[in-house]
Amino acid sequence: MHEASIVQALLDAIDDQLRAQGARSVSAVRVRLGQASGVEADLLAWAWEALREGGPCAGTPLELLPVPVRWSCLRCEVDVPLGGPLRCPSCGGPAALVQGDEIVLDRLVLEVPDV
Amino acid sequence: MCDDCGCGDTEKVPLKLEVKLLSANTARAQELRRRFTQAGVLALDLMGSPGSGKTRLLEATAQALGGTRRIIALSGDLATDHDGARLRAAGIVGRTITTGTACHLDARQVERALEPLDWQGADLLVIENVGNLVCPALYDLGQAAKIVALSVTEGEDKPEKYPVIFREADLVLLTKTDLLPHLPGFSVEAFARSLSRVMPTPRWLPGSAQTGEGMPAWLDWIAATRAATLPIGRALGTA
Repeated sequence: MHEASIVQALLDAIDDQLRAQGARSVSAVRVRLGQASGVEADLLAWAWEALREGGPCAGTPLELLPVPVRWSCLRCEVDVPLGGPLRCPSCGGPAALVQGDEIVLDRLVLEVPDV
Repeated sequence: MCDDCGCGDTEKVPLKLEVKLLSANTARAQELRRRFTQAGVLALDLMGSPGSGKTRLLEATAQALGGTRRIIALSGDLATDHDGARLRAAGIVGRTITTGTACHLDARQVERALEPLDWQGADLLVIENVGNLVCPALYDLGQAAKIVALSVTEGEDKPEKYPVIFREADLVLLTKTDLLPHLPGFSVEAFARSLSRVMPTPRWLPGSAQTGEGMPAWLDWIAATRAATLPIGRALGTA
């Protein structure tokens, strides 16, 4: 589904870094993926295998770091449990998603030719 | 490694980054948002399953506004121009974005679809997304608000089954309420509870394009959102 377009965006972001660093290939890629991001890790991994071929990421593994969902009340600084209404158990105010919707490229290892 | 000059060696360069993968789409969408606001156009991203009543809602809205407001619609359709054709018949200037196998619209497609249209004079631009409760949730289209249409025939627990799209929604429209007498298994209270588990500040309106139920509240919401979003002169129609 949309995981393919996320992988395309990932490959584009990697290309930007390759150009900036004068690198030719990539030996490691890591993405932080929130469990409430709407992106399925399995599908992302599958799309990566398919779309990385023929480019500087051919054969490069994709490391996915899952980030758990956390809803909190920013005012009371307490976590709001899942499964019930997303309101603060203390003040009744709306909870905020403080973690869990990330789709972030956070690590790359590039191979730069020695000069 | 070459014995003569060491050529062919590469150095491993680790980079610590923080690149949001949706940032390219978000940047385009922010630019669209700026253009919509400047032109005084209220842009809405209308999402929902296939058959949730999105196109019917637009037809009914155009009818209820009776030409007092200029509406433009962009319809994401996988393969046909059916939605676009219905909207044109209802007096809505529209264009179809044929998405092929793509499961969502993105900001670039919206940009391109708007190019040949004289949209700056519209009051309301509705982007009718591809029928899908999964993928469209992630893509900012420059809208002022995201609307999710959910019909009573889809089940009262759908919000919890599709938490991302309902979390992202600014307003949920519970459609086809005229069918409730035929759906003893659908509890509006259970739907509201399900929504509260994924939408911290649940905002929803029931309605039926068939009977007109909910239309005044929907039109009021549109007017209030225009007033809250757009520069004062344009919102009052004086600019």
